[in-house]
Amino acid sequence: MSSFTPTTPRPAPANTVGFVGWARDNLFATKFDTALTVLAVTIILYVMKAVFGWAIIDASFSGTERTACLKEVQGACWPFIEAKFGQFIYGRYPDAERWRVDLVFAAGLIGLVPMLMPSVGHKRANMIFLLGFYPVFAFIMLTGGVLGLAAVDTTDWGGLLVTLVVAVTGIVASLPLGILLALGRRSDLPIVRALCIGFIEIFRGVPLITVLFMASVMLPLFLPDGVNFDKLVRCLIGVALFSSAYMAEVVRGGLQAMPKGQYEAAAALGLSYWKTTRLIILPQALKLVIPGIVNTFIGLFKDTTLVLIVGLFDLLGIVQLHFTDASWATPETHITGYVFAGAVFWLFCFAMSRYSIFMENHLSTDRNA
Amino acid sequence: MSDPVIRINKMNKWFGNFHVLRDIDLNVASGEKIVICGPSGSGKSTLIRCINRLEAHQEGDIEVEGVTLDGSLKNLEDIRSNVGMVFQQFNLFPHMTVLENCTLSPIWVQQKSKAEAETLARELLERVRIPDQADKYPGQLSGGQQQRVAIARALCMNPRIMLFDEPTSALDPEMIKEVLDVMVELAEEGMTMLCVTHEMGFARQVADRVIFMDEGEIVEENAPEAFFSNPENERTKLFLSQVL
Ligand SMILES: Nc1ncnc2c1ncn2[C@@H]1O[C@H](COP(=O)(O)OP(=O)(O)OP(=O)(O)O)[C@@H](O)[C@H]1O
Ligand SMILES: [Mg+2]
Repeated sequence: MSSFTPTTPRPAPANTVGFVGWARDNLFATKFDTALTVLAVTIILYVMKAVFGWAIIDASFSGTERTACLKEVQGACWPFIEAKFGQFIYGRYPDAERWRVDLVFAAGLIGLVPMLMPSVGHKRANMIFLLGFYPVFAFIMLTGGVLGLAAVDTTDWGGLLVTLVVAVTGIVASLPLGILLALGRRSDLPIVRALCIGFIEIFRGVPLITVLFMASVMLPLFLPDGVNFDKLVRCLIGVALFSSAYMAEVVRGGLQAMPKGQYEAAAALGLSYWKTTRLIILPQALKLVIPGIVNTFIGLFKDTTLVLIVGLFDLLGIVQLHFTDASWATPETHITGYVFAGAVFWLFCFAMSRYSIFMENHLSTDRNA
Repeated sequence: MSDPVIRINKMNKWFGNFHVLRDIDLNVASGEKIVICGPSGSGKSTLIRCINRLEAHQEGDIEVEGVTLDGSLKNLEDIRSNVGMVFQQFNLFPHMTVLENCTLSPIWVQQKSKAEAETLARELLERVRIPDQADKYPGQLSGGQQQRVAIARALCMNPRIMLFDEPTSALDPEMIKEVLDVMVELAEEGMTMLCVTHEMGFARQVADRVIFMDEGEIVEENAPEAFFSNPENERTKLFLSQVL
């Protein structure tokens, strides 16, 4: 009987590994692939040249009024952004009080960053800080009127401040509300189910603009005389209800994907409905629909721009408002302003998207994880 | 027979208009091992699922450890913490580690401390011979290992009765034995067991009684030797000729 000797492994042929191998497989595998690669690279270079030329080479970077941006070949008018930056971030929030907004932003970051990092402990304390302490703190700091802080009316709020207040409130409220609505829609109790379906279908069936308009114009008509609450608050409620209807449908998708066996195993272990929901069903169902949840968050973030129609000036609204400033009237003002607003929105949305991908990988418990 | 721990009396169940269980009478004594077999769709799963009320019956009585199964929530909790169940598809919770799967019920239902629950869980994982897999996720284990985790998870409730619904039919042949070995051991320790299975070797080895079901009825029941060597009913004979 001959014995088995394994063959010594040889290195792979040179042109199948490393960059050359990669490029051969991915960029130049066939004539058609090669043509596509050349075409794509040409387009990318062309676009990059145009963007680079506009944003840097032909752009103006300093100046205090429109004459800075009236060159023969004029690119971006960055001095406009610089001059208006305070307005874009805080709106008409009084200069002397803007440190309060900064403090609220900073506290939010301090609370949020460790919360988003799975490796940092003390999640319970962190949660209490973010959901218990922080909203009260932010409310007192931003509105003032107590503790010797000057009162600042919400009509003076604007810019990124309003965008973030609306978006964060919507995001924070829509997830728990959406979960409750989704559970309600699958409930065995016919009345609960009917109410949840009614709510979801009504709010999903009308445009957000209508909801905001109802909240800001119609609602006061139904309230008794003398009872009136802040326009911003009414918008926040409108946005929260609207987005929770969307969130409910996303979450329901996750609930429906749960195998019956999970419910049965939980029941056989003696877990009650709420314990099953909280410990078994929601952790899995929500993980399954993270992309959908983040998609809803991103949609909500961008929809905050609609508060403009009820007279609140979010970031985009306030940028547009300043286009009318005669001292900055140049052909490039509009486009520069829109690019700036777009870049800020994009940054936030892109961050959310990347974070959701990170979370999906982090939560994966598959064999290959 | 000593005082039965499970008493089923003239029990009937329907799914809509489909009469799935018909006049079931069954008493199970403490420590008794019962194997239930029968063709697909004969109502075996439904019968054992009625015992911990994963399915509700409509007529007749089921009494488990002296507690009558009606709609009341209190009774339901009592029953479920005394009756463990193992499913064909394991039904482990994939988002929890093996240890978390096992400590879930002790902590959340029986209000044990985390430390106490973990000690118990590790003991039972040892008993099903996978002590070193405690911190893995179910998706990282083989089918046989997963089913043994499921058995350990059920045992963590310290149940007096165990229900098995085809625990080995989703497993590759080489894994069936490792699960059956654990079940045999459990049987030898005196657990009351009701087991739906087509593993006739297992039935011969541990069963006190084998029950044959067809069309929602108990057609025949007997001690394993008599059941296999000398079936009385034609349908039993036909069934046995197919599985043996
Ligand atoms: N939830 C349900 N609703 C309606 N019919 C059902 C339901 N569950 C089971 N049935 C039907 O009841 C009958 C008995 O089902 P059961 O699962 O108890 O059979 P079984 O003997 O366990 O079969 P198998 O060997 O295939 O597991 C089958 O005809 C099945 O289609
Ligand atoms: Mg079955």
